[in-house]
Amino acid sequence: MSAALTTPQNGQGDPVPVIAVRNLGMRFGQNWVLRNLDLEIMRGEVVSLVGGSGSGKTTLLRQINGLLLPTEGEVRIFGEPLFGGGIQRERAIRRRFGVLFQQGALFSALNVYDNIAFPLRELKLLDEALIHDLVMLKLNMVELLPQHASLMPAELSGGMIKRVSLARALSLEPELLLLDEPTAGLDPDRSDSFVRLIRSLREELCLTVVLVTHDLDTLAALSTKVAVLAERRILAYGSMQEVMQVEHPFIHNFFHSERGARALATTKA
Amino acid sequence: MTQTGPLARSVGLTRAEQDGAVVARLSGTWTLAVVGQEIDALQIALAALAASADMRWDCSGIDAFDSTGAMLLWRAWGRKLPASVQLQAEHQRIFARLAATDAAAQEATETTTFAWLRRTGALVLDLKAHLIDFVALLGQFALNFAYLCRYPAELPRREISANLFKAGVRAMPVTALVGWLIGIVLSYLSSLQLRQFGADVFIINILGLGIIRELGPLLVAILIAGRTGSAMTAQLGVMRVTEEIDALNVMGVQRSLRLVFPKVVALALAMPMLVVWTTAAALVGGMLAAQIQLDISAAFFFQTLPKVVPIGNVWIALAKGVVFGLAVALVACHFGLRVRPNTESLSSNTTSSVVTAITVVILLDAIFAIATRNVGLI
Repeated sequence: MSAALTTPQNGQGDPVPVIAVRNLGMRFGQNWVLRNLDLEIMRGEVVSLVGGSGSGKTTLLRQINGLLLPTEGEVRIFGEPLFGGGIQRERAIRRRFGVLFQQGALFSALNVYDNIAFPLRELKLLDEALIHDLVMLKLNMVELLPQHASLMPAELSGGMIKRVSLARALSLEPELLLLDEPTAGLDPDRSDSFVRLIRSLREELCLTVVLVTHDLDTLAALSTKVAVLAERRILAYGSMQEVMQVEHPFIHNFFHSERGARALATTKA
Repeated sequence: MTQTGPLARSVGLTRAEQDGAVVARLSGTWTLAVVGQEIDALQIALAALAASADMRWDCSGIDAFDSTGAMLLWRAWGRKLPASVQLQAEHQRIFARLAATDAAAQEATETTTFAWLRRTGALVLDLKAHLIDFVALLGQFALNFAYLCRYPAELPRREISANLFKAGVRAMPVTALVGWLIGIVLSYLSSLQLRQFGADVFIINILGLGIIRELGPLLVAILIAGRTGSAMTAQLGVMRVTEEIDALNVMGVQRSLRLVFPKVVALALAMPMLVVWTTAAALVGGMLAAQIQLDISAAFFFQTLPKVVPIGNVWIALAKGVVFGLAVALVACHFGLRVRPNTESLSSNTTSSVVTAITVVILLDAIFAIATRNVGLI
């Protein structure tokens, strides 16, 4: 029963950051989107990435989840580089985090059940009866009913798509969850309940969460830390109160607008 | 099972005697990544331990636990917590979740009796929905036609002309090539038979009647159903997926007038012309083979053709062209507008469109054969 991965066991006070981004640079053509970017995220944190349109949030997220190879620098997940070392090793790393895409990215040819079962089946280790039990468990976790399992993605509402997509992201028991605009396109009510769901699951499953969001309510309700992305790097990184002290036009506009004040007031209350 | 230190990523399961009772002691990493590696051995070992009812379970030594690990235990325990179990506080939450899931599943078990009857019923209802939609499409087409008779300025000329070009002009090379080859094959095979009876001259009758009346229109219709019909369905389908049709509706542009009407009209105009074109290509091919095989000269072929093939056949062919064109375009638009916003629906509707169009064309051809049995056969 020797270990497949050499990662240290996740004990208390584990010094290895879940995500370590060092000196990251990304260039599209002649244009540097990110340059000399450093970011460390420790276990159990919920980090919100914020930044203006075109500031490279999505690029950074796509580098953390391994969809983009950085031009320079590197991204380490659980202390290991994302790229190199063969297909088996890369796959083992990638199975340790789940991604929730902005539009859900559910496979439209598969129903809800098969969508959630897909990553489990790809493991080729579990039998169908166990997969069935696990899929039902994930459905219950995201507060969907067993009868929703047979629906096709086209029959789902926006909120349900997010939930199914979250269930799929959770199906391989990830330690890290990456969320791209988790509440975009949801009405305030649904958005609130989705945020509550993510928060309760984070506590239940001891997840580390990185989310990209524009929504101040989501940001204030979920995150333990905020990373502000501007001028091609992380401009400020810390708790919301700390970040708000930083003098920068973007931060000022983002947090000190009327909207920002309202969102913050509701979380303090 | 081996028992290893807490720092190694492995799963531990041991059986021990303590105070006269048997204890199953669990330790290590009970997570998907680890238990998955040897799930069969674990399941067997757990089942063996769970077989004795008074087994005491000690799960306090588990370092990392996730729902897959919990699910394995849960299943071995018969979907309930055993009488004597020691759990860490945070692991109890996982089992509470498992119990809640089972309860929800219990409520959800609905009766699935008469599944085949339900399926048949669904099929019939589906067919009915198709028929209603198709009749609505036809009616809308007729209404558009009436509307354009009153307001001829609103005729979508540009769209009709664009569709004529796409469905007609662009299809000319492929239809000519296929027609020409079929003409050669038909003529060659027939001439082999006819020569045995010394009835060489009748090759002109066979080719003339067979190609002009039957083969030409049918060939074009099948080619166009595959080529243009599928393209029309896919185009409308993608416009549905990207909400372009809704955008048009919002701007006050009638989708049937701007999208369906030009396609149907253009194909109804293009098809008879393509029929003439393809028939001509097929006759030229047939003539060529007849010249090589039976020494029938081109001049003689063209002199004899009008004498043995009554002109009525040409009118039938043109009428078939118009009707087949209408049918292919209407079927294509019908399926295109039924596409729901997902990739699966797009591909299945495009397939259905082609298959249905070809079937409908062959059915219509049979109706034509019966209805025109007294025309043009001398």
